[in-house]
Amino acid sequence: MRTLRGIAPAVSEALDQEMANNPEVFVLGDDVSHWGARFGFTGGLQEKYGRGRVIDAPAGGQNVLGLAAGAATTGLRPVVALISGDFLGTGFDQIYDHIATVNYLSGGQVRMPVTIVVAVGGGYGGGAQLSQMRYGLFAHAPGVKVVVPSTAYDAKGLTTTALADPNPVIIFGHRLLTGQPGVPFEGEDEDVPEDPYSIPFGLAAVRREGSDVTIVATAATVRRSVRAAAHLAEYDISAEVVDVRTLVPLDTDTIVASARKTGRVLVVDEDYQSFGTTGELTFRIQAGAFDRLTAPVRRVAVPDVPIPYSEPLEQAVIPNVERIFDEARSLAGVSARAS
Amino acid sequence: MVWRPEPSAEDLAVRIAEAGLEQGSLLEMYRTMCLIRVFEEAIRDRYWAGKTPDFNIAAGPIRGLIHLAVGQEAVAVGACTPLREADVVVSTHRAHHHALAKGVDPTRLAAEIFGKVTGLSRGKGGELHLFDRNRRFLTSGVVGTSFAQATGAAFGFQYRGERNVVVMFTGEGAANHGAFAEALNTASLWQLPLVVVIEDNLYAGSVPKWGTQAVNQHYQRAQSHNIPAYLVDGMDVIDVYEATESAIGRARDGYGPTVVEAVCYRYRGHFEGDPGGYRSRQEEETWERLDPIPRLGRRLEQLGWAGDETRTAVRRMAAEEAIQAVKVAEKSPLPNPAEALQGVFA
Repeated sequence: MRTLRGIAPAVSEALDQEMANNPEVFVLGDDVSHWGARFGFTGGLQEKYGRGRVIDAPAGGQNVLGLAAGAATTGLRPVVALISGDFLGTGFDQIYDHIATVNYLSGGQVRMPVTIVVAVGGGYGGGAQLSQMRYGLFAHAPGVKVVVPSTAYDAKGLTTTALADPNPVIIFGHRLLTGQPGVPFEGEDEDVPEDPYSIPFGLAAVRREGSDVTIVATAATVRRSVRAAAHLAEYDISAEVVDVRTLVPLDTDTIVASARKTGRVLVVDEDYQSFGTTGELTFRIQAGAFDRLTAPVRRVAVPDVPIPYSEPLEQAVIPNVERIFDEARSLAGVSARAS
Repeated sequence: MVWRPEPSAEDLAVRIAEAGLEQGSLLEMYRTMCLIRVFEEAIRDRYWAGKTPDFNIAAGPIRGLIHLAVGQEAVAVGACTPLREADVVVSTHRAHHHALAKGVDPTRLAAEIFGKVTGLSRGKGGELHLFDRNRRFLTSGVVGTSFAQATGAAFGFQYRGERNVVVMFTGEGAANHGAFAEALNTASLWQLPLVVVIEDNLYAGSVPKWGTQAVNQHYQRAQSHNIPAYLVDGMDVIDVYEATESAIGRARDGYGPTVVEAVCYRYRGHFEGDPGGYRSRQEEETWERLDPIPRLGRRLEQLGWAGDETRTAVRRMAAEEAIQAVKVAEKSPLPNPAEALQGVFA
């Protein structure tokens, strides 16, 4: 056990430990050597494994992701690291129509064990095309597993699981959780085991127990929700915070159990609001906990505008501790009057 | 010096005459290059305010990423000088020099970089997403995604029978995208009024081009699409101007696309805060000796068109304009948070 700062060194350690054991794992992407894919997810790997296994590819998402898909068909385990989840757009078809579907369309003959690691999320003035989450878009595609870690411990264990999974997995690492120098850090220094370990997909984690209201969140919004919950406690509101950890597969049981316990649920997400993660979570909550809900499910997400650049505009749309606190407090109050 | 011998005073006069350049136009190019240099240095200064001693990308008056083009001014000015107001420029994530060369107002540009309501996009786009409809200036923040858009703009002009031209800038790294070949094919097939200017600064982010390109230059790829192509010294504004001026003229007259590959060097990191270490100091010094601004200055001197005094006066005027623009921009008001929810749909 030793202290790690952020999810980026945790992901790179998991990649390192898997690469040490499995020569079929290789890394491909943008600036993966010198800059560790810019946000550190592949940091230190080229020094250790050389240019033949940690490869700066010519630019172009279609090229890199298509190449990974093809390499996977030969039994390799490609890891694609891009500096930004926004850059997945240039390889969208390779993910959506091929990497995601080929196992099914080939009747299980051709597997696509491709792991994709990208930096996502805003709050640092990156502008829209370097700030979006958009994991909901990929969770929407049948056949892709979607990992949204909020802690270094999870990032390492979930990456190890991804590399053992015969299916495609996208790890969306929030920039403000990477722990990289020069980037604001919303996480905490954590004790993380040095030895390899894995965390099964589809297990949500209760980050704080509570009885009045449930806050369901992902990635950086988990940390913000935990802070909001501490603040809510000062107002005698007991908030439970559930960290989804993986969107696909989704641990509906843990989320519904918490909803049934508190009767009031706030869903928090840094992705765009409509037709996405918050809607899906809300559907599952009402389906499983309708008879125990004492108020309609609420949500805090990015209100369907591209992430603006200017600080006051950016802060107005990205869910922060204050907005989570306000909405949860209001939900608890409404509910108290109703009951 | 990079691709050709440095001309003697006599040769230079002949070259300048052949390029159709006159004292006034050459001095104006010098002024614009100085304006861009000082503008970017002033932006850099404000970017680092609040970010020292500990760098924090989200702190200070300018947050996020800044991609400076210091050293690449000759490419922007050489390629944009022959353009008319109605022509379109499609730029990249590294766009300040293109914007200023296309005539975008420095104060509104700076204000956008500061995220102010007086900015080009009222602070919504920021440094990575610069747009100016009046100046017909567009960008894309995602590398390698604007090629077909430039082709589309050129198609629009051809379709409407307008004698306007599109200049599309790209880096040599982005030109490895498959969409680059798609754009060349379409532009050649339909003989679109498109001039592709590759700013080949040798590095895609931290990756040297020998690590990502099967051929050292992209202009050869243009030739395989039956598109005429030039390889020019991107540190020499006259060289860039000569090639793009004739390319733009041909495009305007309906003779189709051209590729101009300008070999150049960015003096700063890929972005400010780039930890560096992937280029040798020796290499940087070699290219610093080719600084396009003093180079043009020496030529103005050789031609007898601008002595020390004139050049100093031009530099001072350009610097005052740039510094004033950045100052005014920084003092401008931020947008009201309520504006965040406005403008998704037209």
